Amino acid sequence: RVLPIFEYPGVTCGDALPRWRRSAPPILGFKNALLNPTSDMRFLTAEAKVSAGRLNGKMREKTLTMDTLNPQVKAVEYAVRGPIVIKAGEIEKYLEEGGTKPFSEVIKANIGDAHAMGQQPITFLRQVVALCTFPELMDSPSFPEDAKWRARRILQGCGGHSLGSYSASPGVECIRKDIAAYIEQRDEGVPSDWENIYLTTGASDGIMTILRLLVSGKDSSRTGVMIPIPQYPLYSAAISEMDAVQVNYYLDEDNCWALDINELYRAYQAAKLHCQPKVICIINPGNPTGQVQSKKCIEEVLHFAYEENLFVMSDEVYQDNVYTPDCQFHSFKKVLYEMGPEYFNSVELASFHSTSKGYTGECGFRGGYMEVINMDPEVKAQLVKLLSVRLCPPLAGQAAMDVIVNPPQPDEHSYKQFHQEKSSVLGALADKAKLTEQILNAVPGIKCNPVQGAMYAFPRIFIPPKAVEEAKALGMQPDMFYCLRLLEETGICVVPGSGFGQKDGTYHFRMTILPSIEKLKVLLGKVRDFHISFLKEYSALE
Amino acid sequence: MCSIHTVIPHPLFCCCYETLNGKCLALRTNITSFSKAMSENGALPLRGKVLTLDTMNANVKKVDYAVRGPIVQRAVQIEKELKEGVKKPFEEVIKANIGDAHAMGQRPITFFRQVMALCTYPQLLDDNKFPEDAKNRARRILQSCGGNSIGAYTTSQGIDCVRHDVANYIQRRDGGIPSDPDNIYLTTGASDGIVTILKLLTTGEGRTRTGVMISIPQYPLYSASIAELGAVQINYYLNEEKCWSLDISELQRSLQAAREHCNPCVLCIINPGNPTGQVQSRQCIEDVIRFAAKENLFLMADEVYQDNVYAEGCAFHSFKKVLFEMGPEYSSKVELASFHSTSKCYMGECGFRGGYMEVMNMDPEVKAQLTKLVSVRLCPPAPGQALMDLVVNSPQPGEPSYQTFMKERTAVLSALAEKAKLTEEILNTVPGISCNPVQGAMYSFPRITLPERSINEAKAKGQAPDMFYCMKLLEETGICLVPGSGFGQREGTYHFRMTILPPTDKLKIMLNKLKEFHQKFTQQYS
Repeated sequence: RVLPIFEYPGVTCGDALPRWRRSAPPILGFKNALLNPTSDMRFLTAEAKVSAGRLNGKMREKTLTMDTLNPQVKAVEYAVRGPIVIKAGEIEKYLEEGGTKPFSEVIKANIGDAHAMGQQPITFLRQVVALCTFPELMDSPSFPEDAKWRARRILQGCGGHSLGSYSASPGVECIRKDIAAYIEQRDEGVPSDWENIYLTTGASDGIMTILRLLVSGKDSSRTGVMIPIPQYPLYSAAISEMDAVQVNYYLDEDNCWALDINELYRAYQAAKLHCQPKVICIINPGNPTGQVQSKKCIEEVLHFAYEENLFVMSDEVYQDNVYTPDCQFHSFKKVLYEMGPEYFNSVELASFHSTSKGYTGECGFRGGYMEVINMDPEVKAQLVKLLSVRLCPPLAGQAAMDVIVNPPQPDEHSYKQFHQEKSSVLGALADKAKLTEQILNAVPGIKCNPVQGAMYAFPRIFIPPKAVEEAKALGMQPDMFYCLRLLEETGICVVPGSGFGQKDGTYHFRMTILPSIEKLKVLLGKVRDFHISFLKEYSALE
Repeated sequence: MCSIHTVIPHPLFCCCYETLNGKCLALRTNITSFSKAMSENGALPLRGKVLTLDTMNANVKKVDYAVRGPIVQRAVQIEKELKEGVKKPFEEVIKANIGDAHAMGQRPITFFRQVMALCTYPQLLDDNKFPEDAKNRARRILQSCGGNSIGAYTTSQGIDCVRHDVANYIQRRDGGIPSDPDNIYLTTGASDGIVTILKLLTTGEGRTRTGVMISIPQYPLYSASIAELGAVQINYYLNEEKCWSLDISELQRSLQAAREHCNPCVLCIINPGNPTGQVQSRQCIEDVIRFAAKENLFLMADEVYQDNVYAEGCAFHSFKKVLFEMGPEYSSKVELASFHSTSKCYMGECGFRGGYMEVMNMDPEVKAQLTKLVSVRLCPPAPGQALMDLVVNSPQPGEPSYQTFMKERTAVLSALAEKAKLTEEILNTVPGISCNPVQGAMYSFPRITLPERSINEAKAKGQAPDMFYCMKLLEETGICLVPGSGFGQREGTYHFRMTILPPTDKLKIMLNKLKEFHQKFTQQYS
């Protein structure tokens, strides 16, 4: 039997939330009990508690309970792996065990996990990492020289020439140098100092670390962190965990999710009344919204940060994922440089990259880096100290990062195959971005902005008032209700817009464009059919 | 420019650099990077920084991590100077500061690396140079990865089959006591797991703030995490005279004292001990568990050195096993998290950042919160998870790789046992150094007697006396150790931690250099 979906207990518990969030509508706040009052999960919980206590002859309180748990941890929400995904996992297990559903497989379009969706690894990257892992392969004729050369170079930078030794906490020196060279090349000569580069355990780790440095103060002097809405929920989760203040600025859906500078001012002014906004986070290309920022927009953001003394965090993990011909990726660093020394010498900027996205999609390696410019040298020393406690980022991830910033060159043996694999992945993604937008926009009640970049569509969905009412009666966000129904009826797992944040009264979902073209077509067809029958059921469509 | 730095003396670095430059409190690399930033950008900053020592997270400032602290930074600098041709009284820096086996020349276990290479580059599954047992394991791991790729995210708790293998391993290790895969969480090294559990436990304000009991001397990950989380550190002292054993009366004393100002709810144990190298007796573990049960403490057992036991008469007993042998009154009650890692033991695969934790008797609702919390970081590195799988599911008798594997494993462990003995023996021949037996783990933590004059000189420079000693040792011999003050020690006593990892020949040279240095140092300051 399939376990009913369960909420994370206490997620929306009012007193667990920091004061500034209590008035906000709960994001995943549906009550499981309403869906299924005999939740197995809860039953198990109660049973375990009783038996543990009784064996001792008296009831004994656990040391760590929902009451004694760190309240910031309780406040954390992360929809991308939230209840709907847990439910999807349960249905998958149920199908494996021979259960029947109106579909034969669960399609997980909830997370940007390219390999899980069948994308093949880039051969060259895996060759280099395999050589680093098992250097005996250096003698094998089946590995190309350019891969061997890179592996040797990486191993020479490792203690005892082994991927099994700790690296320096900011990362292997030669990899940091390769990254700096890559950034310089990408930014057409804007200088990059390798000592400003820190390898990380995926971009998430870097983002958390920088936020951790920035969060301080109490009450109205508490650090405020400006984030786009819709946002990637790592930001809201990190802000909750650190008990910082989330400051929302809304992207303009009617203008292809563009960032409006007036909206930044509005959000900033409003936040100043109850906290101290110190950081602005930008995701470009956008997650979940897929927009690619224009150079002019980036200039405005940087000018704003300069004027208002904000630390800029630019999440650029999708820098290679730009699909529409009229869009181009501009790094914040480069634009800052072009604005002149007055800006380039003063605005504090941390930008993030990762091995998980782009054309490699190597999520499992947990590789990434950040470049930090204009950081106070004393704070930088503190950053290095903080990183050193965790010893170092995983070496295999560092090696994978190195291949990404130092790929085969036109005169090298592996260039042709590498180039072919890279273009084929990026070409397919561009096709799928277009296809997704087109098919979704043909459905009545769904409106989808162009997927200019990144890996997701974030369409707006019309949910009939009757369905909204029904969801609310269940204590559930209407788009969560919609996505749950979609999952139950079609096996498609997408994440409700409420997990990313959206303007009140609007509803969305995020889906990845990663499934293969054939599968994506099937998936989109099913979404269309479901949506139409959903509208019919709630009699919005005659 | 120095004025910029001397406004607030740097809490971590100032002490040692003072002696080196004699005049400037600031960290040398700070100055260089600062001036570089200026010259690179061509002008002085025009507006105030958002993020400064004054505005940054105060808890981060309090974090201290001696294992990679100032002495190690200086060692790196000296290495660079040597490379640039600067003359020194030695030819190389020997880094005995950190338990990094491969960096000290230990070879990886062939079987492990074969499987890892197969997982990374599955085309090798057709290569007949790889043994079948390695291929089988690689296939099995890949089958539980999304898209059969180690490049996919895993579930946040870790790959399903790896968690099952870990549970089976624990069950075998503990003589059949059941282990549930649902209680296993893969981690990014043991450190990650320890910080995560402490994060769950830290709450309250003022007198109700969570207190965490840690041994002194301790592995500074604990004090660093406690500082970062803003929890309260509660010290209990190990008994150096009794081979660093743990005294229940000392636990009681420190708990009692702490209750005056915080809410102690966690007790951390490192067994085998780091930096102290003791292996706890079964009796001692039982007493600790009884104490935790009585005082309602959450137990954290750091067991990353579980395979590193050298002394005769010592054996590793897991907290889990002892807990279950004490009967349901305890086994169904005491909340316990125990930690393991790929970084130590005989494999020493630190760079892969693999590890796991097993949590027992955790409130199911809290467990759901734990799962949620780890999901924000998506998953531990998949290669590290694969490696952890191999550690818990190593070649069995009858498999083609068994013999080589056992040979390699035994070679590493017996060399370590030999080096543990050697270190203790040589150090104990030096007047003014006294060293407890290295029963397990990878370190020796000898007590050193420092002449009064050297203590005064160090104090005049605002330095811990053993920091002063280790810094001098580094400058004169190239040996990099960590001063005892970085781990904590009884007031008025001085120690250093050194790893026993260098190859035997090198270790002998190192110990003899140390001996000479100590004698010279004692003479110089007497």
